[in-house]
Amino acid sequence: MAIDPVINFMLLVFLVVMAFTILRLSGMLAMTIIFGLYSLLMAGLFMVMDAPDVAFTEAAVGSGVSTVLMLVTLSLTKTRHERHTRKIQWRPLLVVLLTGAALIYGIHDIANMGDTDAPAQQHVADRYISSGQQETGVPNLVTAVLASYRGFDTLGEVVVIFTAGIGIMLLLGRPCKKGRVEDDQTP
Amino acid sequence: MKDNLILRIIAKLLIPMIILFALYVQFHGDYSPGGGFQAGVIFSSGFILYMLIFGLDTAEAIVPSGVLRVIASLGVLVYAGTGMVSLFMGKEFLNYSALAESPTTGQHIGIIMVELGVGMTVGAIMLLIFYAFANRGRE
Amino acid sequence: MIEYALTHFNYWAVVVIMMTGLYIVISHTNLIKKIAGLNIFQTAVFLMYISMGVVKGGSAPIIAEGFTVYSNPLPQVLMLTAIVVGVATTAMAFAIIVRIKEEYDSVEEDELFTLDEQVAGDAEEW
Repeated sequence: MAIDPVINFMLLVFLVVMAFTILRLSGMLAMTIIFGLYSLLMAGLFMVMDAPDVAFTEAAVGSGVSTVLMLVTLSLTKTRHERHTRKIQWRPLLVVLLTGAALIYGIHDIANMGDTDAPAQQHVADRYISSGQQETGVPNLVTAVLASYRGFDTLGEVVVIFTAGIGIMLLLGRPCKKGRVEDDQTP
Repeated sequence: MKDNLILRIIAKLLIPMIILFALYVQFHGDYSPGGGFQAGVIFSSGFILYMLIFGLDTAEAIVPSGVLRVIASLGVLVYAGTGMVSLFMGKEFLNYSALAESPTTGQHIGIIMVELGVGMTVGAIMLLIFYAFANRGRE
Repeated sequence: MIEYALTHFNYWAVVVIMMTGLYIVISHTNLIKKIAGLNIFQTAVFLMYISMGVVKGGSAPIIAEGFTVYSNPLPQVLMLTAIVVGVATTAMAFAIIVRIKEEYDSVEEDELFTLDEQVAGDAEEW
């Protein structure tokens, strides 16, 4: 078996523990650091599951860019702690438990992990693997599918990133002169 | 953090390697894991490390945000332009087979161009986002 | 039974992580924490897709000599782009939070509601 079940199992258990820790921690700085660690573990898990490209991206984005971004936001908003660390909230918990139960019930019908006859492995996936290299001349099938077979999709994704960048520059680019003047006038 | 000797030396050692690795991931992405998205993010994270240690002013002196804006737009243009070129060469939009004599070579050229466009946009936009946030904090 | 548990454990973990994220989103009032919860939810979805793409005895989808079975590249492609788009939209959310903090001087949801109601009340008095 290509994926080592033991490593897989342990990483998943750690991930769940980390997710609960993020839930419990009220100190925002500690939460951010744990979040970076969570992303790194996730990257390791993707590596174990034969997805090096995704692992790469998750390691750079999740534990690098995303964490620094969260730290910057924390320093800009001067948030140290959540205002109230409260007890268990029953209504959200009920909603979450019901949704979770429904999902577990639904997951019963998903094909076994690693099954070659699973619906997800049929149709186009077969085609990509059998003739991807002949048709594009690129051995890395992920790149081939990303840039060639689903090129239109990726164009859309790039435009989304571009638009998000423009939006952030519009939101944060210029200092708000008006608000500052008002602050100066009212001591 | 400019005065911290250890940080400065380690960063000077690491940053060139991170950027070199980003270029490797970008242009070797068709044979090994990698591609435009990963390369753009790795490239920007190298620069963000530089920014964290040497300050925003030094970073903006090296890569001004005006240049980054042009690079980000150029990336989308390169991507869509590759599609348009293949459209004018007689095939469908983004069908790279039209770009060269043999379809396979055309596909390969197209994929490299498109990944370059993706890398430029992603890297530039990530850096611009950080410039925007950091500038906000300075005021 | 053990076979079933082994092949479905990933999905169970996905559900647990996803529900943790959902709980953070709906029970916490701090906006930054909410975004962290959304991110956790998002990574659970990534994990689910990648788990679906795994093929028993397969290797990473890079064609090389000596390998015949490869895992499914399609979910990997979808998740690869989703991760980068996800960080761009997260940055957008953080930008909005920073602006909210500047205008309202708070990032707690209930305080924002109270402030909004006060403003609405003042407007009615006028």
